[in-house]
Amino acid sequence: MSRTTATVLVSPTEAAEVPPVTAAPARRRPPLPVAAISAATLSILVGLWSLAAWAGWVSSVFLPSPLAVLEALDLAARSGFADASLLQHTLASLSRVFGALLAALLVGVPIGIAIATSRIGRGIFDPIVEVLRPLPPLAYLPLVIIWFGIGEASKILVIGLAMGPPIIIATAAGVRSASTDRIRAARSLGASPRDVLRFVVMPSAVPSILTGVRIALGAGWSTLIAAELIAAPRGLGTMIQAAAGFLATDIVIAGIVVIAAIAILFEAALRRLERRFVPWATRL
Amino acid sequence: MSLHLDGVTLAYPPARSGRRDEPPVLRDLSLAIEPGAFVSVIGRSGSGKTSLLNLAAGFVAPSGGSVRVDGERVEGPGAERAVVFQDDALFPWASARDNVAFALRLRGLPGAERRTRAEALLASVGLAGAGDKAIWELSGGMRQRVGIARALAAEPRYLLMDEPLGALDAMTRERMHEFLLGIWQRSGAGILLITHGIEEALFLGTRVVVLAGRPGRIIADMPASYGRRFLRGEPARAIRADPAFVADRNALADMIHDEAERAA
Repeated sequence: MSRTTATVLVSPTEAAEVPPVTAAPARRRPPLPVAAISAATLSILVGLWSLAAWAGWVSSVFLPSPLAVLEALDLAARSGFADASLLQHTLASLSRVFGALLAALLVGVPIGIAIATSRIGRGIFDPIVEVLRPLPPLAYLPLVIIWFGIGEASKILVIGLAMGPPIIIATAAGVRSASTDRIRAARSLGASPRDVLRFVVMPSAVPSILTGVRIALGAGWSTLIAAELIAAPRGLGTMIQAAAGFLATDIVIAGIVVIAAIAILFEAALRRLERRFVPWATRL
Repeated sequence: MSLHLDGVTLAYPPARSGRRDEPPVLRDLSLAIEPGAFVSVIGRSGSGKTSLLNLAAGFVAPSGGSVRVDGERVEGPGAERAVVFQDDALFPWASARDNVAFALRLRGLPGAERRTRAEALLASVGLAGAGDKAIWELSGGMRQRVGIARALAAEPRYLLMDEPLGALDAMTRERMHEFLLGIWQRSGAGILLITHGIEEALFLGTRVVVLAGRPGRIIADMPASYGRRFLRGEPARAIRADPAFVADRNALADMIHDEAERAA
């Protein structure tokens, strides 16, 4: 088990920019904010896309214009595609991810605690996690389908298996990060080992667990879409797969846009949760 | 009636220290803290000051000798020996009030009473109305006072403080000296204060114990009464300028200096 997980989890864009060593000379204009540069980049990309579609550089069968994709989104939302509306596809996908997340938390957090606090727990669960973690979930999806059929249970199981290791590893790292002084302070106030786990160790682990959830959601979301591409009555992956069968490229791109939008929303929501519930994590 | 370190030795096994011939951290050290006493312990870094506190708190077990509270052997930490840490060790996920209330909860007090008692304790350390504040909103001196209020909430008979003022600026530290004397007087607890400030040790303590290492041992145990004089109303400034205070301070400084020369 890697002890450096917590540091690896921070993406480069999150790391604070290194301030310049010397003071910058007085400028006439304030510097352009990063957000403005990013917005400009996106606009240019979409502009190029429009241009390519409008000028006919690429056939509209392969690359429909952004407007056509918007129309496809509208069509999928109103009259549906592949026997279900866009909303129904989206809800089917979301319920799988959150079902699996709930299951992964219920199983993964206690396992993470066991790994961090007990030699026996570590001996039992560490090898299981280490074998499961590097395995691509799609490698064992066929096996899970053979065992549990093609229904919801096997999809949630596969997504849960993909989400489990990041949650377990993050929980174990968080539990280990509980400060010795805080544990000692609680003990010297009369806390039992159980009290220490409940009132000191678990709260200390929450920031790390939330980071684990963020990574798990990323892993789960990609596994889900891939699993739906293989077999599901409804879901965003299903919709894309069905659209690809009809060469309905606009629906395919519309589906990808929805998937990307949801992934970005997940990320934003979790950051909000972190700011709301563990504001101390970055300050002390 | 005392917190008694009775001939304690603290040595780590060779496997952990890495060297077979390394002397123990503390060797055959005896020290008794009576209720109502204020024992300051000074010494250079590495003289085993913090180890001494960890033994008294029950965080580590002695490899020889025993730690006793009123004759009973100490097996681990306990609420009658509350600890105040250098880096406050507060719980940042809880408000100032809930940090204090945590100690009351462990004593089995019901929720509503916890709240009022915690507020009263915060008021007693000069933090009335700061109960809802988050820990990171408080200054270093305020955090230390929350830590002391939390320790006092356990109604300890002994208060063990590990360089509690080490991280504070000089001006805050002087105000905290006067505050600590007030706490000592009101609580009636026996205090063990680990510090590297000679003047601080002398101004506050009823005894100043000088530790030298390694192996850590007591090389002096000097009675003092400057804190009592302050509590009787003499200004702190006058006490610190008193020739007797200056002489005592210089004697302690010489002692630590000479010992360092011999060790080197």
